Amino acid sequence: MKILVGYKRVVDYNVRIQVKPDGSGVVTEGVKLSANPFDDIALEEALRLREKGIASEVVVATIAPADAQAHLRNGLAMGANRAVHVVTSEAIQPLTAARALLKLVEKEQPQIVLLGKQAIDDDCNQTGQMLAALWNRPQATFASKVEVSGNTAKVTREVDAGLETIEVDLPAVITTDLRLNEPRFIKLPDIMKAKSKPLETLQLADLGVASGDTLKTTNYAPPAKRSKGVMVKDAAELVAALKTKGLL
Amino acid sequence: MSKILIIAEHLNGKLNPSTARCVSCAQAIKAAAIDVLVLADAPDAIAAEAAKIAGVSKVLAVANPASAHALAAVYAPQVVAAASGYSHVFAPSTTFGKDVAPRVAALLGVAQVSDIMSVVDAHTFTRPIYAGNAIVTVQAPADQTVVATVRTASWPAAAGGGSAPVEALTLNVEVPSHTRFVELAQGSSERPDLQSASKVVSGGRGVGSAENFAIIFKLADKIGAAVGASRAAVDAGYVPSDLQVGQTGKIIAPELYVAIGISGAIQHLTGIKDAGTIVAINKDAEAPIYEIADIGLVGDLFKIIPELEAALG
Repeated sequence: MKILVGYKRVVDYNVRIQVKPDGSGVVTEGVKLSANPFDDIALEEALRLREKGIASEVVVATIAPADAQAHLRNGLAMGANRAVHVVTSEAIQPLTAARALLKLVEKEQPQIVLLGKQAIDDDCNQTGQMLAALWNRPQATFASKVEVSGNTAKVTREVDAGLETIEVDLPAVITTDLRLNEPRFIKLPDIMKAKSKPLETLQLADLGVASGDTLKTTNYAPPAKRSKGVMVKDAAELVAALKTKGLL
Repeated sequence: MSKILIIAEHLNGKLNPSTARCVSCAQAIKAAAIDVLVLADAPDAIAAEAAKIAGVSKVLAVANPASAHALAAVYAPQVVAAASGYSHVFAPSTTFGKDVAPRVAALLGVAQVSDIMSVVDAHTFTRPIYAGNAIVTVQAPADQTVVATVRTASWPAAAGGGSAPVEALTLNVEVPSHTRFVELAQGSSERPDLQSASKVVSGGRGVGSAENFAIIFKLADKIGAAVGASRAAVDAGYVPSDLQVGQTGKIIAPELYVAIGISGAIQHLTGIKDAGTIVAINKDAEAPIYEIADIGLVGDLFKIIPELEAALG
C-alpha cells in the first residue's frame, strides 16, 4: 500500500506574525519557514503505518516555490521514501491545491492520502475535504486515531461533541488532528541519507490544472486589541467586580 | 438579490445553536431569502426548531435514512442538489461545518471562504488567518456560488419567535456508502455546552492533574458555567480533548471567561478573544494571559478558588 502525504511549508509556528503597515500582506521576508505541524503529524502517521507493515511506501508532496526542496528533504529525512515537488511561484488556494493533488493521486494511485487538517498560515481547513470530493472518495477529517485493516480504515475523529468513529473504504483521504501522534525528531544520519532519496520535480503549469484561486484578498489588518484590564487583589474584590458588571 | 441556504447542524434530534448564529451572519447580507436546510433521517422536530429562528424565510426538510449521522460524504451531494438557485451556502465553522462545506464547494467547483467574522458586502468578508494574528478582507467572485463557514464566536444567535414555513423536500441524489458511522463517544455532562455557554471556567497546566481539575468543575457548577481547558491541560491528559479552547480546539465567545492556571499561549488566546469579560487567575504575574484579561488576580489557584467559592456564598 502506498500513502501520499500532503506536506506544506508555512511560517514557523513560533514566529510572531506582523501585518505590513500598508495592509498588503504579512511580513514573510526573512522569517523561519517549517513544515505545517499538522502535516508533520500526517507524515508521522504514514511512517508508523509503514513500520507496522501496512504501508510499503510513503511519498511526500508539496506545492511550493522552487526553493522548497530543503523542506521536502526534511520530509525525506523524517523517513519518507520519496518526494514530489510541484513547483509554482504563486501562493495557491485550497481548491487549486486539491486539484493538483488529485493529479498526483491519479498518477501515484495511493490507498491513503494523509494531510494536516489545516495549515497554520491560512487556517483554511479545506484541502483534504476538497481532494476527497474531487476524487469521489471518503474523507475522515480531524483524526485522532487511525486503524487500517484490509480495505477499510477505522478513524476516530475529534468533533465538537466528543470522539466520533467512522469506517471508510479505501482509498480515502484522512486529515490529522493534534493528538494523533507525536512526530519523531530527525537524526543527523537521516539527513545525510535523505540527500540521495528520489525527489521528483513537476511544474504546476504542466499538470493541466484549472486554477481555483478565485478569492481575492484585498486587505490585511492586525486584529483588534482588547483594552488593558484591571488587577484585583483578592477573591472578594474579584467577585464584587463581576457582580458590578452583572456577570454573577 | 442574494438567496442564502444555511446547512443546519444538529445532533440527537436537536438543532445546534450554531445554526442561529449563521442566520445572524446571513442577515448582515441584504438577502431576498434565508432558508435553512435540514438533512436528517427524521428532520421534522429539528426543522420545527429552525423555523422559530427569527429571520428565516423557510426551512427545507429532507428526510433520508442515510442522513442519520452527519457524514460529509453523504451530506455534501444532497446540499449541492438543494443549493441550486442559491447565491450563498453557509455552514457554521464548527467541526460539522468545516467537514462538509469544503466538500460542497469542491463539488460545485468553487472556492470556500472559511470563518466569516464580518460581512462587508454580499461577496466581501473578513476572516482570520495565522491563528487570528491577521484579519484579511476577501472578495469572492460575484458570478459563483459563495460557499462559506461562519465563525460562530463572531455572531450572536439570531432571536427566536419566528414562524417560518417548513417544506418537505425530496432530493433524487445518490449518496455513497463508502463512509459509515460507527459510534460517538460523548462526554455525558449536565453542564452547559462549552461552545454556546454564556459563562466558561477553564483550567490549564497550572491545575496540575486530572484529580485537581475537580475544583475547576466545582467552581463552574457553582456559577452555572461550562468547563474548558487549555491545550496544555488536554495534552497532559487532565481532561478530554472536546474541552480544548483555542486555535485548534473550540473558538468561543462567552460573556464571562475565567482562565485559571492558564499562561495564555497565543493559540489559546485566539480561542477566547471575543469573550465579553476575561478573568485571569495565575500565580505568574508576567503570564501573557494578563495582556488580554479584563480582570486579573495573581496568586495560588488552590488558595483563591476556595476563597472565591466562599465569596460567592
